[in-house]
Amino acid sequence: MLDAHLVVDRGTFRLDLPLTIRPGEVVALLGPNGAGKTTALRAFAGLLPLTDGHLRLAGRHLDHPGRRIWTPTEQRPIGVVFQDYLLFPHLTALDNIAFGPRRQGLDRQRARQRAADWLARVGLADHARRKPRQLSGGQAQRVALARALAVEPALLLLDEPLAALDARTRLDTRAQLHHHLANHRGATLLVTHDPIDAVVLADRLVIIEDGQVVQEGDVATVTAQPRSDYVARLVGLNLYRGYADGHHVRLTDGFHLVTGDQHVGAVFVAFAPSAVALHPHRPDGSPRNTWPVTINGIQRHGDNLRVQLDGPVTVAADVTPAAAAQLQLAPGRTLWAAVKATETRVYPAAVAPTDAEP
Amino acid sequence: MPRPDQVTVAPARSTPPPRARRTGRVPVALLLPAALGLLFLVLPLAGLLVRTPWSTLPQRLTEPGVLTALRLSVQAATLATLLCLVLGVPLAWLLARIDFPGRRLVRALITVPLVLPPVVGGVALLLVFGRRGILGGWLDSTFGFTLPFTTTGVVLAEAFVAMPFLVIAVEGALRGADVRYEEAAATLGAGRWTTFTHVTLPLVAPGIAAGAVLCWARALGEFGATITFAGNFPGRTQTMPLAVYLALETDLEAAIVLSLVLLTVSVVILASLRDRWLGNS
Amino acid sequence: MTARRLALLAAAMTTVALAGCGSGGTTDPRPPGGALTGDVTVFAAASLTESFTRIGEDFETANPGVRVTFSFAGSSALANQINQGAPADVFASASPANMTTVIDAGNGDGNPRILVRNQLVIAVPDGNPGGVNGLADLTQPGVKVALCAEQVPCGAAAAKVLAAAGTKLTPVTMEQDVKAALSKVRLGEVDAALVYRSDVRAADEDVDGIEFPESAGAINDYPIVVLKNAPNQPAARAFVEQVLSGPGQAVLAAAGFQAP
Repeated sequence: MLDAHLVVDRGTFRLDLPLTIRPGEVVALLGPNGAGKTTALRAFAGLLPLTDGHLRLAGRHLDHPGRRIWTPTEQRPIGVVFQDYLLFPHLTALDNIAFGPRRQGLDRQRARQRAADWLARVGLADHARRKPRQLSGGQAQRVALARALAVEPALLLLDEPLAALDARTRLDTRAQLHHHLANHRGATLLVTHDPIDAVVLADRLVIIEDGQVVQEGDVATVTAQPRSDYVARLVGLNLYRGYADGHHVRLTDGFHLVTGDQHVGAVFVAFAPSAVALHPHRPDGSPRNTWPVTINGIQRHGDNLRVQLDGPVTVAADVTPAAAAQLQLAPGRTLWAAVKATETRVYPAAVAPTDAEP
Repeated sequence: MPRPDQVTVAPARSTPPPRARRTGRVPVALLLPAALGLLFLVLPLAGLLVRTPWSTLPQRLTEPGVLTALRLSVQAATLATLLCLVLGVPLAWLLARIDFPGRRLVRALITVPLVLPPVVGGVALLLVFGRRGILGGWLDSTFGFTLPFTTTGVVLAEAFVAMPFLVIAVEGALRGADVRYEEAAATLGAGRWTTFTHVTLPLVAPGIAAGAVLCWARALGEFGATITFAGNFPGRTQTMPLAVYLALETDLEAAIVLSLVLLTVSVVILASLRDRWLGNS
Repeated sequence: MTARRLALLAAAMTTVALAGCGSGGTTDPRPPGGALTGDVTVFAAASLTESFTRIGEDFETANPGVRVTFSFAGSSALANQINQGAPADVFASASPANMTTVIDAGNGDGNPRILVRNQLVIAVPDGNPGGVNGLADLTQPGVKVALCAEQVPCGAAAAKVLAAAGTKLTPVTMEQDVKAALSKVRLGEVDAALVYRSDVRAADEDVDGIEFPESAGAINDYPIVVLKNAPNQPAARAFVEQVLSGPGQAVLAAAGFQAP
């Protein structure tokens, strides 16, 4: 059980992160660059002292400035997989993994035995005598994981564990990582800016921006109901703040949206880019929201095109290539956007208590 | 995201970067000074070779004093290098890893033996370790033990002059090494000492070897501090450079022969060490 | 005391370091008027530093058109430089052997003349901690003695004296020159050294000189010669005459040298 409230002051930047992780749980710490993810990871690992707050792991205080408690890194029951792995270049894969067990007091032979077991578990039994420079990126990642897990940590920290891999390798490695994390009995914190890693590997997401938690919850909740522009972009939704009165929501810039759900008070309105239809002329008919837009940019998005649109409400729309050709999409072109009321989701803006609190 | 650890040091890749192998002409602006530089360094050696009395060489080489001085030189330089390693590597570590007040001053002080004329260095050593020196006087009165005019004195004088080369080389290597490996070791339960011995030292081993080679070479050629602090007595404190200097007083050819012996031995030793330590580590 | 010792030593060491700095400048040696002009370059043994500097000043006062430049170093180093073509006018050596090297190479103009004689004394540190009173005391156990290396004149002289006296002496060090031997005495690292009387005189109160009768067996002649390739022959000759003259000899005698 990890129970922490990290407070780290670094000049103008302040990290304030309450976080609990149950044994066996995988939490992804997600955030844009500069949000404080690495600061948090280093504070957990003891590579950076807390300014305030506390850090308790497996019933033991590791860092508690208020009580002048500090446990140095080497005495913490943690394992870390670094972004570029940091395998010791002068040691073989086997000895890299045996390094931790040796420090825990195992004799050379037992430590090597444990390392060999771990190598087999990550499928690299025949690479024991390779030096790190003779390993591929994916293999090095697995050795790094085995090295971190071989000390049987109460908290496993993963720092962008797949970021250094090419797309193909990442897919395989992610699946294997998922398997090993599922078997890990301690708590796991995955630091990443890649939403796919977070969604695939984590049970729960904690999203920080500028040192503060902006949202947390299980994957389904966060992806369905983003609470910040960053999260909305991450999960690919259009998101607006507004004030609801029944089926009408007045957005902060004055625009009105008709929604399927009924609410009263401060709300978020979200809808998918695929819910936005584009028309050359003003459409009419069923209860839908329509407004004029100007194309600002066009990007590939999977098999479709994602169109960034300016107007009374900025919005992203997904269109098929065929539709795009028909509409003669080009930056600067003026169109009409339409969103059905039933395609929108409305949820209160007041922060709801999440199920993660103890 | 702030990553102070990545700002100063480029992460050491697990695979070496592809060596730049560019074909095409070497620019004359580089080639010409390079060739002149080489010539400048090699010509004096050629001068020695031209004046070498080849016909009497075997006879001169077997003169009893030559081998004694050579053995003493190699022994003293090696011991001095060991002393420098034992004291200098921890000093370099301290300078590279620990931020203590006055670190810049300490770093400047370490280069003092580089700037100081070796003869003055020898005098300074006498004032401290001499029979009437600050420490030497105590050593003499307490243990009846004096350092000047002993082989230990030679080692001390050589170590004094050569240590900066080692410290500067090793500190440079330590600064170039990625401290995140040390952090990784800490997360695996290694304390500072274990990290130093099991991670830091192997990572900077090439730097230490390079520093030790420089240090040894400097110690081998040491003259001024040695003759001033340890004096000159065959078999005890007369190293090759001292023998060369005195031979120069009466017999230029003998001096040339001795110089050649010193040069040959050092080149052979350094070349073989280079292959073993620095060649492909 | 340490600062002063350092300064003295530094001065001594500088003379060694100067060995490589030969110099020579020439102007027209024979101006129409007959008065001496131009530069004259004197290569002189290190032990002559103080007295020759003084004589040089006197010479310049007497001959306002002349500038004297000295290169003080070990005699053998100077002899080597001269034989390698260094542009010197006068060579004053601390030993006949080094002079012979120059003469044999054909670089002397005429025969060398003896300029002064020097005699060995026992130099002991201030207070004479080793209780040395004569040559025999140097062989006492526990008495540390520095000699010059036999390759340099003071070492050769010491060997000759010791052999003549039948004294077997094991020094702790055989120094590269007389000033270095004297430094060891000055710092108290040795109890005694065999050096020239003139060197002890120059060392002032830090070092005491003890005369011993056996030193008469190895009196050292200092020869001086005008060099064959001297760029300024007339001034060179005049300088040599100045050294051998009454006033020149007086300066040398004051420095502890004996007249020839």
